Amino acid sequence: MLKGGIIGLGKMGVSHYSILNTHPEVEVVAVCDTSNFVLGCLSKLTSISLFNDYKKMLDECQLDCVVIATPTSSHMKIVSDCLNKGLHVFVEKPFCLKLDDGRRMIDLAVSKKRVNQVGFHNKFIGAFRKVKEFIDNGIIGDIYHLHGSAYGPVVLKSKGSTWRAKKSEGGGCLHDYASHVIDLMNYYVGAPKKVSGTVLKRIFSKDVEDAVYSTLLYNNGLTGQLSVNWSEETYRKMSTMVTIYGTNGKIIVDRQECKIYLKKAIPSCKLEKGWNVLYTTELTPPVWFYLRGEEYSAQMDYFVGCITGNKLDNINSFASALTTDMVIDMLMKDA
Amino acid sequence: MDRIIFGDNQFFGVNHMSEEKARAQSMRFKDSQAIMKVLDIAYDAGIKTFMCTTHDRIAEICDIVRDNPDRYDGFKFYPCMPYAHKYANAVTEEGALGALKKFTSGSIFLTLIKGGKAVAQKDMITVMKLLIDAEMKMFEGLKTDVIFLQNVTVDLILGLGFGQVFAEYAGYIRERYHAEPGFITMNLPLLLDILEDNDVDNPIICSSINKIGFRMCGGIEKYEKDISERKFRAIAMSILASGAIAPEEAVSYVCGLKNVESIVFGASSKAHILQTKELIERFS
Repeated sequence: MLKGGIIGLGKMGVSHYSILNTHPEVEVVAVCDTSNFVLGCLSKLTSISLFNDYKKMLDECQLDCVVIATPTSSHMKIVSDCLNKGLHVFVEKPFCLKLDDGRRMIDLAVSKKRVNQVGFHNKFIGAFRKVKEFIDNGIIGDIYHLHGSAYGPVVLKSKGSTWRAKKSEGGGCLHDYASHVIDLMNYYVGAPKKVSGTVLKRIFSKDVEDAVYSTLLYNNGLTGQLSVNWSEETYRKMSTMVTIYGTNGKIIVDRQECKIYLKKAIPSCKLEKGWNVLYTTELTPPVWFYLRGEEYSAQMDYFVGCITGNKLDNINSFASALTTDMVIDMLMKDA
Repeated sequence: MDRIIFGDNQFFGVNHMSEEKARAQSMRFKDSQAIMKVLDIAYDAGIKTFMCTTHDRIAEICDIVRDNPDRYDGFKFYPCMPYAHKYANAVTEEGALGALKKFTSGSIFLTLIKGGKAVAQKDMITVMKLLIDAEMKMFEGLKTDVIFLQNVTVDLILGLGFGQVFAEYAGYIRERYHAEPGFITMNLPLLLDILEDNDVDNPIICSSINKIGFRMCGGIEKYEKDISERKFRAIAMSILASGAIAPEEAVSYVCGLKNVESIVFGASSKAHILQTKELIERFS
């Protein structure tokens, strides 16, 4: 049994705690949050060790792994301290605010030979994963353009009082929402060389952007467009979609379905000429415990599996996440 | 409970198969008149139980039903709370404390955190009761025989292992609303264990039950075993697995599970409503 700890009990932290707590190979022995209110509530419901200082938690508990779900500005310090204690680390996205911090965390994780994973859960969604397979098999021929978007109703009015409303803490649509789309697009075609025409638009927020629009320029003439808006009331929840254009067709994918249009059939992939549609029901492997989406459990299970199987070349590594942060950096500089 | 229960996903842009279809539905049902037209079809076809969230538009539906008692004689609501997106958006926008303050209108909240006072368990229970009362306000004067805790909340608490919360919830629903507590989950076997451990007796549980094992955590065999052997009242949802199974096959499978008391489904056309009803009656 691995002994796990959770640092940060916000929306994601609590969700990870719930999932990890049911994992057959993990025992969650300690959790940490700076809010005494949250700890006070938990103390009435559980007998695991509660801390408001993560350093104390690391000193007093013999942990094997940790899930860090704190604001991005705190990642460098907490991740480094955990790695120095010899823990395998899962940290929420985005990975870092300063690229040098990211590089230092990667070096540390590699030197300590610890599993390091970042919470870009889209890679654990069946439909998005299937598209990666299709791209690698070249089903739509040479890819010449892709469009990545995400829309959702996060900030619908001017009042904003949490860390997500502060740029210095890693708040804003670019870091919070767009990072998911950028990471997914990188997963499909690699990172862009350059970006152009970037708009970081404020709609309701005072200190951060609410929408991100940009053109991405890759090698070999490949182009991309990014369109992300978290002030979109017409969407019930975050809706991420990628459309990929190739010389043999087109792929449109969101978390529920994967629509593939082909000029020529690809029998080896069981794809016909014209439209093919694959649904989440046939693309999603079952999980042992479901909370909000199979992908949240699947990514946690993957993290645990990498630890027990001593797998250090995992997907969603710190290095992979740093590539996403580098694109974010490019977008900020271009805006 | 009625054998057939009508669900509300189609009215609120919830379509677990396709986001495109979800959006089209959300445009069609943007006002309560459009929703009532479909509910009327279901009611007139003999489906008189409506299992719904506590979305604001449901409050309008409640008003219509309340104002027309003869037209809607015997109409029952099975509320499902909390309406998750309302709270999730509030938590993201204002933090957990901010959200709590918003939904309990501040007063108890201030009492709780004033001067660093330690939170007692009874305070948390009081907050839970206040939230339930706030969610239930729209159903005042209407028949609500079963009141459900919605799946994100249930599964979150289930994973955390806080079974006492379920016991408190069950107790309050029975005592205050003279109704049966219901739980919606994607993790039936685990929920059965925790409810049993916390003396929540013969619970009503609504879970995904379908021929392909979609969102049936623990596996289809475990579900079949638990449904057959354990003491609870089962409602099946997602019987079509978001459209992946043909209706006749889907209904035949679920009706073949002897201890499934009720089936909840959603539809937006007369044809689909009548077809599904006919199939369920045929295979039951």
